[in-house]
Amino acid sequence: MPEPVTPVTPGTDPYGEPPVIAPGHTFGSITDKISAIVLTSRVSVGWLGGIGIAFLFFLIFNVAVVYLMWKGVGIWGINIPIGWGFAIVNFVWWIGIGHAGTLISAILLLLHQKWRQSINRFAEAMTLFAVACAGVFPILHLGRPWLAYWLTPYPNTMTVWPQFRSPLIWDVFAVSTYLTVSLVFWYVGLVPDLATLRDRAHSKAGRVIYGIMSLGWRGSGRHWARYEMAYLLLAGLATPLVVSVHTVVSFDFAIAIVPGWHTTIFPPYFVAGAIYSGFAMVLTLAIPIRAVYGLQDFVTMRHLENMAKVMLATGLIVAYGYVIEAFMSFYSADTFERYMTLNRMLGPYRGAYWALILTNVIIPQSLWFKRVRTSVVPLFFVALVVNTGMWLERFVIVVTSLHRDFDPSSWGMYYPTVWDWATFLGTIGLFSTLLFLFIRLLPMISIFEMRGLLPQAEVGREPEKA
Amino acid sequence: MAEPLYGLMAEFEDPKALVEATRRAYEHGYRDMDAYSPIPIEELTEALGIHRTGIAPLVLLGGIVGCVSGYGLQYWVAAIAYPLNVGGRPFNSWPSFVPVTFEMTVLVAALTAVFGMLALNRLPMLYHPVFNVPRFALATRDRFFLCIEATDPKFDPHATREFLESFAPREVSEVVP
Repeated sequence: MPEPVTPVTPGTDPYGEPPVIAPGHTFGSITDKISAIVLTSRVSVGWLGGIGIAFLFFLIFNVAVVYLMWKGVGIWGINIPIGWGFAIVNFVWWIGIGHAGTLISAILLLLHQKWRQSINRFAEAMTLFAVACAGVFPILHLGRPWLAYWLTPYPNTMTVWPQFRSPLIWDVFAVSTYLTVSLVFWYVGLVPDLATLRDRAHSKAGRVIYGIMSLGWRGSGRHWARYEMAYLLLAGLATPLVVSVHTVVSFDFAIAIVPGWHTTIFPPYFVAGAIYSGFAMVLTLAIPIRAVYGLQDFVTMRHLENMAKVMLATGLIVAYGYVIEAFMSFYSADTFERYMTLNRMLGPYRGAYWALILTNVIIPQSLWFKRVRTSVVPLFFVALVVNTGMWLERFVIVVTSLHRDFDPSSWGMYYPTVWDWATFLGTIGLFSTLLFLFIRLLPMISIFEMRGLLPQAEVGREPEKA
Repeated sequence: MAEPLYGLMAEFEDPKALVEATRRAYEHGYRDMDAYSPIPIEELTEALGIHRTGIAPLVLLGGIVGCVSGYGLQYWVAAIAYPLNVGGRPFNSWPSFVPVTFEMTVLVAALTAVFGMLALNRLPMLYHPVFNVPRFALATRDRFFLCIEATDPKFDPHATREFLESFAPREVSEVVP
């Protein structure tokens, strides 16, 4: 029998901030509200429509991949000198998006930020799906993708091994590790909630499936002790991992000698950019989801505002990166570096460059204003703009540096083909399809962590005996 | 009671009552017991007398294994199996080997944390006697349970039941295997 819940009041906590969870909830009401989204047998028309469109884009992806396997990478716009085009741009874009999930889960946990509890589950899911989308590109962009296993160190009859001094191999290890660790981190976090679903499922199939997936979890205090320790250690491991993964991705560029790539600012600049785009994607997803599923009690204005602040902070770091890159290229007095910067600003791709400055630097400055940070529609718009801007940033970095480097006789132009776009939009379809499935089949907010936010969950220390 | 008992279980409505009952039970001398809750409770861990979880040393070991095997693989490949002069670097070009070594450390440590935790918790364990109590389904929603097992030396069906009833639980149930 559901307990009565007081309507959402604009209550504030002692600091005058919106609450982390709306007042009036109980352990039971939280459980009921979140598990109801999963355990309902009704299939909503909106959800069907959404996953239908997403699946259509996924089918476009399938067509693009099959045609690529058949004809080869010539169907894309890559050429000499621009040997890397959309594939690497999209790879870095997706991986960057994934980083916010790990930051929210791991880093905010270590920093004791309670507001992470309602967003960490679907942020981690977003990470997993983003890394999956990212991971297809290094494989697809190989001339012979069916030989992708050659990237791994295994004893073979050719007696050859991968080149461990290459950032491309570091990428293989970094991205595989990131995918694996994100997956286990997410799954471990799900186990207690899967047990909740097992105990509340209506159908036999539901009980069996959630029963197996929850591994027989029974909420034992002894188990919780080990669980919390393992979770904390995983967070501690995931934190340097997320920094290292995008650092290794930035090494794909920084280890090369091309002007515009060979710069030591890339590791921190890429990591900050990753967090920037990741939080933008979390906001892009969180805002419609909380509206459609009525989760404003759990994902409150506090969460949206905090995420906006993180976006502003990382956006400023990225803006600093742009400024220092431009400054250093002139300060270096290196002809090629200087030309690279002038070419970015005034050359054939200047449209992309100035669009990048507008979307990544200028428009997000609106987040200084509390009115913008706390209004759902402007915030959604800024998040979308930042997502676009971060894609443009990777495009500008890859294409402008490759198309005109040291020797003018080698200069060229890059024009993406319809297959470049199809593959990219197709991965958006893959991502969205997975997200729709996740929303329907698994609890998108961490139920047991939300319960822990309630005042009823506090247990005091043992009182001193008189 | 003629049928074999796994233990006696008391149901509480809030975590404070559970922790209090667990503390008293530990002071009373019960050791074979467990408390069940829908949320992790730090004070409960102390009340049950758990001081070390054993996870941290395992994870450290996993990290060391990952680190050594990651570097070892690269060293063996680059200096023994297929040495190549790449940019004039020595065969054991250790700075180039740092990224993969780091990733391997984190990977093996993380997997050790997860599988070590599951193994120490003896999970998956899809059946357990406490599931035979119908109201136990609420342990994953909003109810808290304390179960004193029959294997405990101080366990006595009547005395233990009275002991549990003294905490005014909602109910004391028998748990049959």
